[in-house]
Amino acid sequence: MFNSMRKIRIILATVFLLGITWLFLDFTGTAHAWLGWMAKLQFLPAVLALNVGVIIGLVAITLVLGRIYCSVICPLGVLQDVFAWFGKKAKKNRYSYSKAKNWLRYAVLVVFVVLMVLGLAGVATLIAPYSAFGRIAQSLLQPLWMWGNNLLAMMAERADSYAFYSVDVWLKSLPVLIIAVVTVVVLFVLAWRGGRTYCNTICPVGTVLGFVSRFSLLKIRIEEDKCIKCGLCAKNCKASCIDFKNMKVDYSRCVDCFDCIGKCKKGAMSYGPYRPHGANEANKANGANETNKANGPDESRREFLTATTVALGAAWLDAQAKKVDGGLAEIEDKQVPERKTKVVPPGAMSIKNLEQHCTGCQLCVSKCPNDVLRPSTDLMHLMQPEMSFERGYCRPECTACGDVCPTGAIRPITKEEKAAIKVGHAVLVRKNCVAVTTEDGCGLCATKCPTGAVMMTTVEYEGKSVYAPVVDEEKCIGCGTCEHLCPARPFAAIYVEGHEVHGEV
Amino acid sequence: MDRREFIKKLGLGGAAVGTAAVVGCKGGSQGETGSSLSDVPKGQMTLRENHNSGDKVSILGYGCMRWPTKKGADGKEEMDQERINELVDTALEYGVNYFDTSPVYCQGMSEHATGIALSRHPRESYFIATKMSNFSPDTQTKEASIAMYKNSLKELQTDYIDYMLLHAIGGSMEEYQTRFVDTGILDYLMKEREEGRVRNLGFSFHGQQSVFDEMMALHDEIHWDFVQIQMNYLDWYHANEMNSFNVDANYLYDELTKRDIPVVIMEPLLGGRLSKVNGNVLRMLKGKEPDRTAASWAFRYCGSYPNVLTALSGMTYMEHLVDNLHSYCPLKPLTEEERSYLENDVANEILNDSTIPCTGCQYCMPCPYGLDIPGIFAHYNKCINEGLMPSSTQDPEYQKLRRAFLIGYDRSVPKLRQANHCIECCRCLEHCPQKIEIPTEMHKIDEYVEKLKQGLEL
Repeated sequence: MFNSMRKIRIILATVFLLGITWLFLDFTGTAHAWLGWMAKLQFLPAVLALNVGVIIGLVAITLVLGRIYCSVICPLGVLQDVFAWFGKKAKKNRYSYSKAKNWLRYAVLVVFVVLMVLGLAGVATLIAPYSAFGRIAQSLLQPLWMWGNNLLAMMAERADSYAFYSVDVWLKSLPVLIIAVVTVVVLFVLAWRGGRTYCNTICPVGTVLGFVSRFSLLKIRIEEDKCIKCGLCAKNCKASCIDFKNMKVDYSRCVDCFDCIGKCKKGAMSYGPYRPHGANEANKANGANETNKANGPDESRREFLTATTVALGAAWLDAQAKKVDGGLAEIEDKQVPERKTKVVPPGAMSIKNLEQHCTGCQLCVSKCPNDVLRPSTDLMHLMQPEMSFERGYCRPECTACGDVCPTGAIRPITKEEKAAIKVGHAVLVRKNCVAVTTEDGCGLCATKCPTGAVMMTTVEYEGKSVYAPVVDEEKCIGCGTCEHLCPARPFAAIYVEGHEVHGEV
Repeated sequence: MDRREFIKKLGLGGAAVGTAAVVGCKGGSQGETGSSLSDVPKGQMTLRENHNSGDKVSILGYGCMRWPTKKGADGKEEMDQERINELVDTALEYGVNYFDTSPVYCQGMSEHATGIALSRHPRESYFIATKMSNFSPDTQTKEASIAMYKNSLKELQTDYIDYMLLHAIGGSMEEYQTRFVDTGILDYLMKEREEGRVRNLGFSFHGQQSVFDEMMALHDEIHWDFVQIQMNYLDWYHANEMNSFNVDANYLYDELTKRDIPVVIMEPLLGGRLSKVNGNVLRMLKGKEPDRTAASWAFRYCGSYPNVLTALSGMTYMEHLVDNLHSYCPLKPLTEEERSYLENDVANEILNDSTIPCTGCQYCMPCPYGLDIPGIFAHYNKCINEGLMPSSTQDPEYQKLRRAFLIGYDRSVPKLRQANHCIECCRCLEHCPQKIEIPTEMHKIDEYVEKLKQGLEL
């Protein structure tokens, strides 16, 4: 029976891991309809979205079953199990009990909460499990997925099929890519060596659920009369939480993987309602040092990996810039203008709301079909989405980012609501304007503005009268159509300045 | 017109004037085309005799559904009576004597305005056609229908109607029964005909062949003095192909001619489709007669059928009237060969004309703003020719076609080279040997793409 529980755990965990991974890889908008709930079930996003139902549900599950969340629902936890599985293949019985580093766990949690409250979610969420997984999936796996897709699209095109379409793969943010790589490397090393070290010392969600799971109804038990203190359970406990010498389990760290039950040759391990043992005082003496070794990754290797990534990233950018078709006029790449206020997507309500709720998971970034969203590179709000219009503009029929956001940082809106949400307004740079600098009579921004906020009129510019665009700031919603389509390069002659608080038109 | 457009037009106009001056220095300043009223001979209007009443009707009939309007003092559109009077005066002066109106035209203002304009001339100098337009259920009683007829007499300031039509038959015979038989208005109008207040009784037809056949079967009993049908060189063989609800004009015309019923023609230009033709069609027509308009072919075509009493044209501008007078004062009938050329070669070209006649010669390239002009046209034309253009969101294939169009667009033209980047600098215009209005076409294509992307009705 206990063996089958382990199997069920592995099956469910696989389903969740694959589901959430696909949610991040998919760029067609189909995965969300089926699997959007998997992101909304994540603990920290639910807390940020004040999703009371989910929070109560997760706490209740933990109160009954223990930290099963960490073994099944959390994609980063399951990813570590995958890493650890490789470790176990290399060397069996590799773990050992270590004392809980409670001071570190609580300190990390306190710092995390303080940073979140201060609105520095961008920094705090570096260690948040779901968003860490999201960054890995979006910046490391999605490009591979897209390249694979593009290969299929190429074949489909030859076969005159429209089953696949090609998408642009581009580096949305180098810092996020680096962070994702570092996260993977650190986690891989930690999981390889010590199983769930991250979950039990750093992860704020693990710490919170650890409080709850101490009191859970069902727990792992060591039956004293059967136990011969061989230590096999502890050697296979990836949470390092079985103190076999004292026949005690640290329930704040146990993630209910059920591995120990199968390993015990005497059948002394079981899972059921907790019965207190006589002398189960916290034992302070045993095996305190083990996990420390795994905590810091190898510095030189990390540097090497980072450097390689930077180099690869740079080469990749270069290749993009050179891609020019023969026989056609060369099109210079657009550059991001210096915005005084960043532009955040409609549904975010205000920059503050976004900053307070966003965990930087990159789900919206991976979903944006118009290549408008990318992670911020601003240090304080690193990884949180912001808009820019070099590759596309925020199209009227799309509400993808709000639909997928699990944290309430970007609220779901309808197309109709979107048409009236003002995320910013357009600003002119007349010295770049083709209507001013050439005789070509450009008025593209005015022609294409979906709200009619850009108009052509005669204005005085540097002592000349020119027929040039002007902006009706009242009507402009900041969608970026004008900025994207503006023929002035590399800097557009019209660009969007964001608004701190989104208004209505 | 904004300033930019104005300057461009001015520039082009200037160029045209310049060319004309160079060419024209040999033979004076007059264009070849007799484009002014003074070139139209008076008293030369071709007339057709209605054997039922002996009326000598001008082959050009005035359709009174497109009278010019102007902004009134209260900001609302109102009839521009001054211009209407001018148009009517000119038409009468040059021999147009058939005026076709209805109680519902011009938001119900047409009869009144037409009445004012015509009443300034002797009643016997023109024929008035109006209609029993009892479409609204409110008007489908004997009293209401008679009131509508009496009101027509009042508005038109006359005590008789020369040509009275049962308006728009063709949906179904049930509708005919409800509107005209059950209300008793048909009997009433037949009595009016006996008493001379309705001089000719007929109907206008838009619709299905079965209904037309039944209406023809009623001829022995009712005796239709004339019938008004939609006829032009595109509808002659292709009306049904373009819209399965319609009947090819050759069938209607032949059935009426068989019974010796005079034919009045509406839509000789098929809603402007035969006057605003694409470059290919225009070349075909100008190749035959370089100085006549595309519209003139459509009018001459209609007039060339001997059983046609008159062809109606809704002339809003004096230029329309003048051009039509040129075609009909007098009518030079088309030869058999010319008629067949229009019905077949030109009609087929127009049916295909939603494609853009780009040959991919690349003369327009490189577009200074990076567009792949021939690539965009090639994709668009390919989708039309392969029937991949969804025509409506209701199309059962809409989702599939939309996907194919948009994915195919991105495949054939990189996003930054697509039609939405055209700033209409118009530098390409002078290079195109096909004289394609490239910026206009780019704009149209992008509008179509936008509608597809946003899922809006096409």
